[in-house]
Amino acid sequence: MSKKVSGSHALMLSLIEEGVDYIFGYPGGAIMPVYDSMMDYQDKIKHILTRHEQGAVHAAQGYARVSGKVGVCMATSGPGATNLITGIVDAMIDSTPVVCITGQVVSPLLGTDAFQETDVVGISMPVTKWNYLVTKAEEIPWAIAQAFYIARTGRPGPVLIDITKDAQFNEFEFKYKKCESIRSYEPRPKINKDKIKEAAALINQAKKPYILFGQGIILGGAEDEFRTFIEKSGIPAAWTILGVSALETGHPLNMGMLGMHGNYATNIMNNKCDLMIAIGMRFDDRVTGNLNSFAKQAKIIHLEIDPAEIDKNVKTDVAVLGDVKETLPILTEFIEKREHSEWIGEFKALSKIEYEKVIKTDFYPETEGIRMGEVIRRINERTKGNAIIVTDVGQHQMFASRYAKLNTKRSFVTSGGLGTMGFGLPAAHGAKIGAPDKDVILFVGDGGFQMTIQELGTINQTQAAVKVVLLNNKYLGMVRQWQQLFFDRRYAETFLMNPDFITIAKGFGIEAKKVLERPELDSAIDEMLNHKGAYVLEVSIEKEDNVFPMVPTGASVSDVILEPQK
Amino acid sequence: MKETFTITAFSENHIGLLNRITIIFTRRRVNIDTLTVSPSAIKGVHKFTITVFETHEMVEKVVKQIDKVVDVIKAFYHTDDEIIFQELALYKVSTDILLNSNQVENIVRKSSGRIVEVTPTYTVIEKMGTAEETQELFEELNKLGILQFTRSGRIAVTRLSEELLHNFLKERNLLWK
Ligand SMILES: Cc1ncc(C[n+]2csc(CCOP(=O)(O)OP(=O)(O)O)c2C)c(N)n1
Ligand SMILES: [Mg+2]
Repeated sequence: MSKKVSGSHALMLSLIEEGVDYIFGYPGGAIMPVYDSMMDYQDKIKHILTRHEQGAVHAAQGYARVSGKVGVCMATSGPGATNLITGIVDAMIDSTPVVCITGQVVSPLLGTDAFQETDVVGISMPVTKWNYLVTKAEEIPWAIAQAFYIARTGRPGPVLIDITKDAQFNEFEFKYKKCESIRSYEPRPKINKDKIKEAAALINQAKKPYILFGQGIILGGAEDEFRTFIEKSGIPAAWTILGVSALETGHPLNMGMLGMHGNYATNIMNNKCDLMIAIGMRFDDRVTGNLNSFAKQAKIIHLEIDPAEIDKNVKTDVAVLGDVKETLPILTEFIEKREHSEWIGEFKALSKIEYEKVIKTDFYPETEGIRMGEVIRRINERTKGNAIIVTDVGQHQMFASRYAKLNTKRSFVTSGGLGTMGFGLPAAHGAKIGAPDKDVILFVGDGGFQMTIQELGTINQTQAAVKVVLLNNKYLGMVRQWQQLFFDRRYAETFLMNPDFITIAKGFGIEAKKVLERPELDSAIDEMLNHKGAYVLEVSIEKEDNVFPMVPTGASVSDVILEPQK
Repeated sequence: MKETFTITAFSENHIGLLNRITIIFTRRRVNIDTLTVSPSAIKGVHKFTITVFETHEMVEKVVKQIDKVVDVIKAFYHTDDEIIFQELALYKVSTDILLNSNQVENIVRKSSGRIVEVTPTYTVIEKMGTAEETQELFEELNKLGILQFTRSGRIAVTRLSEELLHNFLKERNLLWK
């Protein structure tokens, strides 16, 4: 059944074998044979021409995050490939399955400083789960099969395949075999039932157990198993920023967000619980604050697929290695059904303080200017938690993650570990491509929007109905907040002299509207949501809006502050 | 508390793997004291032997990260009492000092070194041993004058009766497939 094809055709055929339906990319000299072959497979694979390679990789990330499939992006050698790097790093730290394919100069020119030659495999080595330089056409099916297998299994991550131009041209007998295992790679650690029993015993004894859950649940597709587990255990739970859509935000056991700008109760309880059950999360410093005063009083159980995460930041008492999709049901079996109403009551009391001091004024401000929190509240009221929410990075990101109502799986996309400004717009576009039947709403700041604003051009070309809510405070707001709190209000280089975003959006062929005053807000949101295509809604935000609560860097989670100290 | 650890990693033989392993150390500011890369007893499997002077906690973290590298089959770490280890050192001295007295020969014999080549101008001596032992010989010979000196990285085998890697591969049902 094998036939003789060029390497570039073989690449397309391999991608089809892997079920790829979209490639986000940008052409150039060293990848031209692949682009040429692409024309013959347009019925199977659609290419989306971004306006910058960073846009391509972030779109592939957004696509992967909402669909659970591997995102694919493509770029030429040299500058094309280096423009992917930020997104690759982002995908690495946020465990997003992405396969990046880059063109490379012909193999005889490797190492000669040829035009647009860059050691892409070298550059991307510390920031990819795996990478490989293909110099022979025959290696292409094998390399692609490995790439997809590695990207999506175990703890997912980005893989880069660099293909020399001669390998794209040369012909060979194409045969494809999907990768099913790699001798040196154990994506699923063996499950140790004794450890699970130990964990269950701790859970059954605990008076004040507390669950911290992360993206591992989403990556393992274990949302239902997780819900069954917490409902039987009756244990209050809090999420890391990447874990949020693993459980409906309104679930009675969902206590809110962890971390620097997380909720008040969820931070305090880290240091009050007697048992901490960490599920598919990695104790990032933004979650733990100062490690020397984090959960010292508690026994710690860690359910995790990546052995390197065990004891990396926080020492565990019981480590349960494995995919949570497999371990959670076993754990659920061994635990006793409980209710922890008194303990949950303690959370509720603290949440009430936060509501009175922070949330109420975020949602129903008395300031003249519009605040970010109320925009999100109003959008929640319309989406009812059924939209996919994407964010960029900054204050608006924290408001969105604190307040977005989410009822569906894989419905929150943000750059968590890297905090990449410019992630939002292309990621939202990728999300809309990956989940075309859902409303995709992006919250973006005036700073970050300008980092990848050119992707409005891509959105205009695909006509994907991305709804952009631009929260314009005329500042690099998050940095300004820190300047206000920790640098004596010296606003060094954080004021932005902004362009007319409405004209820009319209120039890209995208409908847009600007809201300056509160009474216009609701109808403008309706207009945006009812509009058939993409839409940019710019909301002018109160200048010195701040996000609270806050755990200052280096402070203990117990020292979370609710409002600025005077 | 820091001490010497010997890390052994078994891997596929892929280009660039050495780099993937060493950046794990660099990123954490862990200094590699010695490094030896060679084929292992199993065909197609490469072996890295790396020594570091570090805390147990850091070594554990580093080894987990090495193990996580896709093309690494398995990584282990050992303290000095768990392994038998050797380094090889070569010393080049002028043949004149060898001929002028018995001193060189005595030093070499006492340290159980061995003369491997004598030419009219230079003589090469080799010695196996720990870094301390080869250093000691260096210092002795250097009193008389050393022209060139080089020392290999550490090689090591465990004192265990079973082979960790074999067991691991057997478990994966892939040994000599
Ligand atoms: C690429 C990049 N550069 C710099 C930063 C540092 N940074 C974090 S938040 C922020 C300000 C973001 O401003 P804006 O996009 O307007 O959002 P706001 O905080 O005002 O909501 C900056 C500069 C970053 N996270 N990413
Ligand atoms: Mg701003």
